[in-house]
Amino acid sequence: MIQVGTNLEEQVFYIDRAMLKAYADASGDQNPIHQNEEFAVSVGLPNVIAHGMLTMALVGKFVTDWAGGSAAVKEFSGRFVKPVIVPANQRVDLTVSAVVTEVVGDRITIDLKATSAGVKVLGMSKAVVVK
Amino acid sequence: MLNPDSVGRTFAGAESVTVSQSEIDAFCAVISEGDTTVAPPTFSIRITLEQSQEILSNPEIGLDWSRVVHGDQRFEIKRPVVAGDTFKCSSTIESYKVAAGNEIVTVRSDLHSIDELVVSTWSTLVVRA
Repeated sequence: MIQVGTNLEEQVFYIDRAMLKAYADASGDQNPIHQNEEFAVSVGLPNVIAHGMLTMALVGKFVTDWAGGSAAVKEFSGRFVKPVIVPANQRVDLTVSAVVTEVVGDRITIDLKATSAGVKVLGMSKAVVVK
Repeated sequence: MLNPDSVGRTFAGAESVTVSQSEIDAFCAVISEGDTTVAPPTFSIRITLEQSQEILSNPEIGLDWSRVVHGDQRFEIKRPVVAGDTFKCSSTIESYKVAAGNEIVTVRSDLHSIDELVVSTWSTLVVRA
């Protein structure tokens, strides 16, 4: 039974440099801050960071897995509060959880939360799905 | 600095963009999505960010894209994007403010397939001082 307050089971995704390269190619966003450590540091970042939209794509996967497919998603939003930092030769976590905040007929609104290395990276995130 | 006259205006992208199955496949592969019959919910950013970048980099508008950081993102999806969709993109500068020297711009981009509005996206972009 889905009702306001229902928690969705937490899911962990892993991000590494190879995924950043694949996302750059798939999205067309070849900004070097997502691939080149020297460049990222030169513009004041701690290291290479993931594309915010990759984070959101993975959170979107969490939503569609729960909702029963990509076609179920009607609205999806989020704020990139902190970058996901991706050091070389490591995989970092993206831990996603959510709670149901509204149910109107078959339209369900969920509030999402995503952290990496314990730091909140996506805030103010909501999705509306039809389920 | 952004030209204040451009706020509230809508700019049409020059060209239509057709979505291919291989583009959807590549996007799905990154996030391990097995169902490639429709595009994942954030796929349309591939089109709207590129189109709005092209539009907003126009010297008449004057957004310095090299200093842009993505702040917020929102999608309203009327129906899922599928391979073969041909979109015209239009971008509207909905709001603009300067805070602590940073410019904060919210751009709405609509993807139309012929007369049908398929996806609206809102991107809040922060141009760092």
